Amino acid sequence: MSTSSQLPEQQSAPIHERRSFLGALFAIVGGVVSATLAVPLIRFATYPLRATAGGTSWSDVGKMDEFTSLTAPVARTIQVERVDGWRSSFAQNAVYIVPLGAGKLKVLSSVCPHLGCTVRWVDKQGQFVCPCHGGIFTESGALVHGPPLRAMDSLQTKVENGMLKVRFEYFREQVSDKEPMA
Amino acid sequence: MSNTKHPATSETTKANPAWVKWLDRRTGIRSLLHEALDEPIPGGARWAYVFGSGLLYLFLSQIVTGIFLTLYYVPSSDHAHTTVAYISKVVSSGLFVRSVHAYGASAIIILLILHISQTLLYGSYKGRRDLLWLSGCVLLALMLGMAFTGYLLPWDEKSYFASAIGTNLIGEVPLIGPPMQELLRGGMQMGTLTVSRFFVLHVFILPGLLFAFIATHIFLFRKKGAAGPIQEDPYTPKLPTQGFYPRQVAMDMVASLFIVLALALVAHFLPIDLGPRANPADTSYIPRPEWYYVPMFQWLKIVSGRWSLIGGIFLPAFLALLFAAIPFLDRGRERRPWRRPVVVASFVIFIGSYVALGVASHRDDASDPSVASQLALQNQAEINYMHQPFQAQATSGTTSAALATSNPLVTKGATIYEAQSCSACHGENGTGTAAAPALVGIDRKYSADQLAHLLHHFSPKMVQGGMPAVDLDPADTDALVAYLRSLK
Repeated sequence: MSTSSQLPEQQSAPIHERRSFLGALFAIVGGVVSATLAVPLIRFATYPLRATAGGTSWSDVGKMDEFTSLTAPVARTIQVERVDGWRSSFAQNAVYIVPLGAGKLKVLSSVCPHLGCTVRWVDKQGQFVCPCHGGIFTESGALVHGPPLRAMDSLQTKVENGMLKVRFEYFREQVSDKEPMA
Repeated sequence: MSNTKHPATSETTKANPAWVKWLDRRTGIRSLLHEALDEPIPGGARWAYVFGSGLLYLFLSQIVTGIFLTLYYVPSSDHAHTTVAYISKVVSSGLFVRSVHAYGASAIIILLILHISQTLLYGSYKGRRDLLWLSGCVLLALMLGMAFTGYLLPWDEKSYFASAIGTNLIGEVPLIGPPMQELLRGGMQMGTLTVSRFFVLHVFILPGLLFAFIATHIFLFRKKGAAGPIQEDPYTPKLPTQGFYPRQVAMDMVASLFIVLALALVAHFLPIDLGPRANPADTSYIPRPEWYYVPMFQWLKIVSGRWSLIGGIFLPAFLALLFAAIPFLDRGRERRPWRRPVVVASFVIFIGSYVALGVASHRDDASDPSVASQLALQNQAEINYMHQPFQAQATSGTTSAALATSNPLVTKGATIYEAQSCSACHGENGTGTAAAPALVGIDRKYSADQLAHLLHHFSPKMVQGGMPAVDLDPADTDALVAYLRSLK
């Protein structure tokens, strides 16, 4: 076994004790070395899981002055900035500005809560009508009848420097509660 | 190789838990492990031997960080810079991961120099290990290729111009140079094909070759054995040996711990900069290569003109061949450096000249006020760029070109098109869906008046297709018609 051509491996301490000490040392050093890279790499790879929380941005609808004297809902096309990783694109979406009386407004998404068609405002009827499956909503967006399970979806709004802004979101279709889609 | 049974083998066997025994029955893992760890080292473990495994560790770190970087990187001249900016400024730990990868390249160069110096000074290339040396030379060339191809990928000013010059040099080689340059660039000029080609070389071809040659290098190392100290015979080793495990393993681990900590500290406290996006039209930019190529760059400045072919191409090629041939020229049994003055002195002179050229380059840059101020400007531009917030790259998205022309009638028509749900069947921007035909190019088929008429008096085909009635006043009809006729 130990021929003359081998240097001594151990000088003192029982083999068993020395081995387990070395094993622990290697485990610690190996752990530190791998963690130094592994932790940042895991954070790096899982970044998109945390980034989606930011959500969509605010879009301009128009100057508040344009809407103060409204008597019926009016459609506006808004530009919605959609950030997709390192790129951003602008998508167009139609929204309705609905007068609530006393200068108050609300903004409804034109996306039908049934299957996502674009709901039309029909002036003659004084109602919102979905052309695809005949869903009908009142002037304020409440469900009258038809296949949709809920009223038209209202959107978050704010006014900044006289500019009406809206946060456009998509909501889950064919459910009775308004659930934003991530 | 594993000449005798390890003294501790029987001891550890008893301590092994059942799952290790099960795994061993299935895989023979224990004998593999012993094969790997019981490598006999003539003369025992030494700190001088840690560079090889340090390089292996760094290579693995480059592979892992490189794979993670490609989670976000896009190899095209349109997107490369944006995606690297995204990695550096937005993604969690992105700047750290990119810094570890970029500085890892420099660390590999430093360790290569140490590894080669140790091999040369110890005369470890001699005798039975000549082929091992040659495989190492191939690895050196591949690593330099990795550093060169990886440098371009961020597509910032620095990397663009350094690579433009680097590929220009290839074009200087007689006969094969110009076609080689065009092949590497994917054309006469640097462009998006250059990024693709460098990416493929950096990520597929060179790493594939590196894996193959690292395997060869390690195989030859194990086959012919460790060189041992300078007293050891290069042909038939005689010194008493010591196993690779545990002492050399411990030293190698301490070394890689030191490397990873140094790399992590530098990456954390002095993260690598990304400059502004490459602007090929920028004529004022003064390119400077990465530090390990600076001496070569200075040398090319010196030999420019009449001597450029001999000094710039043939001399380096000759030196590279001479370097690879060292084991075949220096064949004696003598390994002590002081008894091999030619090889050792040549190497020291080479390293000394390389360092001196680097110093001279820095002195030249510093002594020329116009160069110095431009370089300072470029450096400041990088720092400024790093401080700017990330800007997502705007893509055209679904905004039609017609809207961009901002004809108010067309814009109004687009709103009506959306509000009337025309897009539900005719598609966004009139591109058509399964339910209804496309409207793009309809202006060639109908005049404005014909179209307005058609909207209120459907053709039989439209009725058959189930098109809902269009209920619009004349003004809105005009707007919708204007929008439809703008669809191209």
